[in-house]
Amino acid sequence: MSKMHVKLKVNGQEVEGLAEPRTLLIHFLRENLRITGPHIGCETSHCGACTVDMNGKSVKSCTVFVAQANGADVTTVEGLVNADGSLGVIQEMFREHHGLQCGFCTPGMITRAHRLLQENPSPTEEEVRFGMAGNLCRCTGYQNIVKAILASADLLKGQKEAAE
Amino acid sequence: MKDEVTSKDRAAGLKGMGTSRKRVEDVRFTQGKGNYVDDIKLDGMLFGDFVRSPYAHAKVVNIDTSAAMKVPGVLAVLTAKELAPLGLHWMPTLAGDKQMVLADGKVLFQGQEVAFVVATDRYAAADGVEAVEVDYEELPVVVDPFKAMEPDAPVLREDLAGKMEGAHGPRKHHNHIFTWEAGEKDATEKVLSGADVVAEEMVYYHRTHPCPLETCGCVASMDKVTGKLTLYGTFQAPHAIRTVVALISGIAEHNIRVISPDIGGGFGNKVGAYSGYVCSVVASIVTGKPVKWVEDRMDNLMSTAFARDYWMQGKIAATKDGKITGLWCHTTADHGGFDACADPTKFPAGFMNICTGSYDIPTAYLAVDGVYTNKAPGGVAYRCSFRVTEAAYFIERMIEVLAIKLNMDAAELRRINFIRKDQFPYNSALGWEYDSGDYHTAWDKALKAVGYDALRAEQAQRIADFKAGKTRKLMGIGLTHFTEIVGAGPVKNCDILGLGMFDSCEIRIHPTGSAIARLGTISQGQGHATTFAQIIASEIGLPADDITLEEGDTDTAPYGLGTYGSRSTPVAGAATAMAARKIRAKAQMIAAYLLEVHDDDLEWDVDRFVVKGDATRFKTMKELAFAAYNKAIPGLEPGLEAVSYYDPPNMTYPFGAYICVMDIDVDTGEHDVRQFYALDDCGTRINPMIIEGQVHGGCTEGYAIAMGQEIAYDEMGNHKTATLMDFFLPTAWETPTYTTDFTVTPSPHHPIGAKGVGESPNVGSVPCFSNAVHDAFRHFGLVQSHMPHDHWRIWKIAEDLGLHAE
Ligand code: FES
Ligand code: FES
Repeated sequence: MSKMHVKLKVNGQEVEGLAEPRTLLIHFLRENLRITGPHIGCETSHCGACTVDMNGKSVKSCTVFVAQANGADVTTVEGLVNADGSLGVIQEMFREHHGLQCGFCTPGMITRAHRLLQENPSPTEEEVRFGMAGNLCRCTGYQNIVKAILASADLLKGQKEAAE
Repeated sequence: MKDEVTSKDRAAGLKGMGTSRKRVEDVRFTQGKGNYVDDIKLDGMLFGDFVRSPYAHAKVVNIDTSAAMKVPGVLAVLTAKELAPLGLHWMPTLAGDKQMVLADGKVLFQGQEVAFVVATDRYAAADGVEAVEVDYEELPVVVDPFKAMEPDAPVLREDLAGKMEGAHGPRKHHNHIFTWEAGEKDATEKVLSGADVVAEEMVYYHRTHPCPLETCGCVASMDKVTGKLTLYGTFQAPHAIRTVVALISGIAEHNIRVISPDIGGGFGNKVGAYSGYVCSVVASIVTGKPVKWVEDRMDNLMSTAFARDYWMQGKIAATKDGKITGLWCHTTADHGGFDACADPTKFPAGFMNICTGSYDIPTAYLAVDGVYTNKAPGGVAYRCSFRVTEAAYFIERMIEVLAIKLNMDAAELRRINFIRKDQFPYNSALGWEYDSGDYHTAWDKALKAVGYDALRAEQAQRIADFKAGKTRKLMGIGLTHFTEIVGAGPVKNCDILGLGMFDSCEIRIHPTGSAIARLGTISQGQGHATTFAQIIASEIGLPADDITLEEGDTDTAPYGLGTYGSRSTPVAGAATAMAARKIRAKAQMIAAYLLEVHDDDLEWDVDRFVVKGDATRFKTMKELAFAAYNKAIPGLEPGLEAVSYYDPPNMTYPFGAYICVMDIDVDTGEHDVRQFYALDDCGTRINPMIIEGQVHGGCTEGYAIAMGQEIAYDEMGNHKTATLMDFFLPTAWETPTYTTDFTVTPSPHHPIGAKGVGESPNVGSVPCFSNAVHDAFRHFGLVQSHMPHDHWRIWKIAEDLGLHAE
């Protein structure tokens, strides 16, 4: 199959490459760019393990052709660490509150939580549960994930207030 | 006094057992730096994918691979014909049966592997799969295990024709696999016929699937130069896989290196040996390139490792005041097309004979018949220890059924039948020796915590309101007291393919006082790197943060049987403690030499040996580690390391008391879990944070199973639930919030008293949720209704009971 040229920004870096028109964004990230944080749990848009941020929205990258991401600004879990390489707030809170076990859903969870907290910086528990419902976890029962996200919201708000 | 405080401080600094130490794994996982099988990319790596059968039972008349071979990127297509000369078209199963690697003349379930296409990448492989042409001739399908046992049922396993002796004794029908019995048949029947009260019920635990978020997969890499095969894979038991590969492939075991990298959840799915592994190995040998195979979700739900599917006919006898006198159970076990259950060899029905549960039942009998049907093979322990969850569901339903018959409160019925604390060690009628327990204490604590009497009063009011037309919502109170049996197992009873179920740990202390430990187990999210370091920290007094833990590489780790059946803590945890104690014993001799005293004159204090009666004279473990490499000590070899292979003297018997309060909308069948209380007793608690997390996760799996998750087939053997659209995995939105609690009854035979907890919540929560549904309708005449209790089925209960308006 003939290949097409794609160019996008991933975690702040311009990247480009050749891909078949049918290539999914998740495969381009994982196979071509070797960004393996986003995982594949279903390839049918149900599990959310492949969640990345694209142009300021959460998308399931198993359901986006890389062609559709041409020119887009994509953030994966790798891009959520602090500039000095330390864990970002949400990552740190997942660790603090035991919001992960096998870790397979975690990159998608954290990336989704990142967007959720941009959309709604002070969510209630209900809003967190609803806003995270596109991401499945088989290990944690979500209780500590919800805790971690609520704790992140508090910390992020504190940081923002301090900055203002 | 002052000393005591510093000992405590020093102990706290170790982050040993009992502390909620944060997980060391998480730094990698939270930033996407895990290393799972599908993350592995070797030079020149190819990708394999299966052609699968669309039929549940059919003859394979012809396979034409010529068009597939022309697809760009396709390098090879394997069928049974290619595998047969190597003797690899069939493989042995863990249950003593054999299984087709690729369809050999016929297929026995929908989704069965028919051909393996190897291509340059996964897209080309999928194109190749599309291009393989297979001619099938349909055969009559049997999906019902009872119909499979009718005299004129179609013969499923023609390869077994005439073989009336199976791996587990005589076969009594062409679709019969085995009969397995425990207890006393005649005595039990006598008790039943003379009893005041007998309750009888068919309890079905439906077919489901562990469905970890990461599917199964592997990368096989045969190095033609060294002759060494490296096999990376999602293996819950890497050493056993190495031995199996050696036995079936003929490659010498020392030339095989099996590596389990990070595993994205297992729950039993990743115990078995699958066609994908065999085909990847062969494909790597044939092509000379590394070959990756990773299931997609549909492959996973259709072909690897279903769980449960037990039809349990029960009879329970009691005196009129509720003392249980006997239990009888006949189970029809649907094993699918091949018997690939993952059970210890001598236990073809797993530990189903723990089905007397937490109760002192003097006489009991169990028989299990395994049956072939046109469904996927598997029968794995989905987060349970070999059929314990079926056993727990059975007895916890039978107790409720008996309570209805006796018109008794089910909490009280349990209380008067619990095995008493002073009866442990307790020999059950079906052959187990329960190590320890204190059920009454746990039960009373649980009932008090939820305010049981007030809940019953509220329920009575609700029933009155419902009858008066004031509400359409009923309230159910689900009760469960379960006893688990984990930690397989004593080698004398338990083996898999002849490999005794011990486990192992090797610890090496470095000169500067840090350490590396390697184990025969493998974490799939349980946090072994965190908790096993805590055991070592407490045993030898080096900080857990200074101890690296490695698992999953058969070239470096000592032989072990892997992680499933909640056996890591009971078995490998014990091996860890024992290896650590060997190290401490040697360190004591070094200390005696350095301090110039007899080793009996030293005592251990958290992280040091102190001369008895003189707290100022001591040597810390850190100092002793250095001395082990630095001093020539007469009579002692240099170095400080130890290995322990632990064969447990008995299983451990964790238990728990779970209570669920649920509101049910009679008109829509919807439910709302208002409260879920989970008390677990897993003996000594190594890391309370991790235990709690395990309970949340296990209860959520239980919630799914009880309330909607199933593997369903239609009459034609079509798989109806092969995507996450149809197979229920709860989201954060539906999932209940859990309150966890505990009591501590240490295991008397385990070096640190730990019992294991990972699977208890799955075992305990399924009957608890199900009992809540049943309890809501108990006062309207419901006795038994099969899981999963999805909205439609609950609506149907109400409909059948006449609770809907005309
Ligand atoms: S892999 Fe994309 S949603 Fe599951
Ligand atoms: S931590 Fe395992 S799937 Fe979420």
